[in-house]
Amino acid sequence: MIVRIMGEGQFEIDDSRLQDLNALDDALTAAVEAGDDARFRPALAALLDAVRQAGTPVADDALVDSDLVLPYTDAHIDDVRAMLSGEGLIPG
Amino acid sequence: MGILQRMSMIFRAKADRALDRAEDPRETLDYSYKKQLELLQKVRRGVADVATSRKRIEVQMSQLSGQGAKLQEQAQRALGLGREDLAREALTRRSALETQISDLQVQHANLQGEEEKLTLAAQRLQAKVESFRTKKETIKASYTAAEAQTRIGEAFSGISEEMSDVGMAVQRAEDKTAAMQARAGAIDELLASGALDDPTGTAKDDITAELDRLASTSDVELELARMKQEITAGPAEAPRQIEGEAQPTGEQESPQTQPQTQPQVQPEEGRP
Repeated sequence: MIVRIMGEGQFEIDDSRLQDLNALDDALTAAVEAGDDARFRPALAALLDAVRQAGTPVADDALVDSDLVLPYTDAHIDDVRAMLSGEGLIPG
Repeated sequence: MGILQRMSMIFRAKADRALDRAEDPRETLDYSYKKQLELLQKVRRGVADVATSRKRIEVQMSQLSGQGAKLQEQAQRALGLGREDLAREALTRRSALETQISDLQVQHANLQGEEEKLTLAAQRLQAKVESFRTKKETIKASYTAAEAQTRIGEAFSGISEEMSDVGMAVQRAEDKTAAMQARAGAIDELLASGALDDPTGTAKDDITAELDRLASTSDVELELARMKQEITAGPAEAPRQIEGEAQPTGEQESPQTQPQTQPQVQPEEGRP
């Protein structure tokens, strides 16, 4: 499974780790939906750390889509909400 | 559905839209490649911009440190001349500078991190663009428009997502740099307005001027005291007497010790 951390690149992660990531993703999703920045920050940090630890960086010249995409490290909860609502944070 | 999947779908939807636009999918390859090269240029410019901002902050930090050291010296000099009020003023200004400096240190670390991230992003993008170019040439040479369709989807995967990601990263870096430049501009103005004094030390600030005035006043006082003593003690004895007085105090010739050697003379003169 390929996971992208925005601004950092892609990581290949063994499917067996999916359960752990899902649990962390649930916490992040709950924080974003509640609009709770105090919960969002540690949840995002935990998720990013888990991906960095479990993942192997994908080769620079590999052209492959990601199965999952994570916000960048210093993303604010509002940035993530805006991205999810599709309000043009992705240029082009 | 979790955030991770929703975000990846947003990226993918954008790639699909780009593909749908083209009549002959092979044209999409050239168009996309052109866009990739443009983005690569943009990322490199972004790295250079961030580096410029970082260097500007470094210059300002060293200017402010220089100011801080100078104010520290002034405080010592002022205390030596018995002017605690001036010393306090100098130290207060120094403490304000310290706050500025530690704020700049945070900004500097921030920019440095941004620069590293963008540099790596440029490397990744360059490698991917090179990969894409190879695939693109193969597809154009070997397939008809109809056949190319699926191959193009493969070539597009990854590069489109990378471009979206890098495009956003550059945007974020630009925003941060712009914010940083506004702050740096404010500090430059502060330095230029003389509120923090000229770092070259050519123009005298108010504390230095006051200290210089005090020093020259105390020179005058000393000279007057010496002359008075010459008159009261008689011209022949005077020089020896002064030498004799100076000896026990050793090398301490700084102004603050000298008034103590002639305590009876000072009050008569009416110090300013």
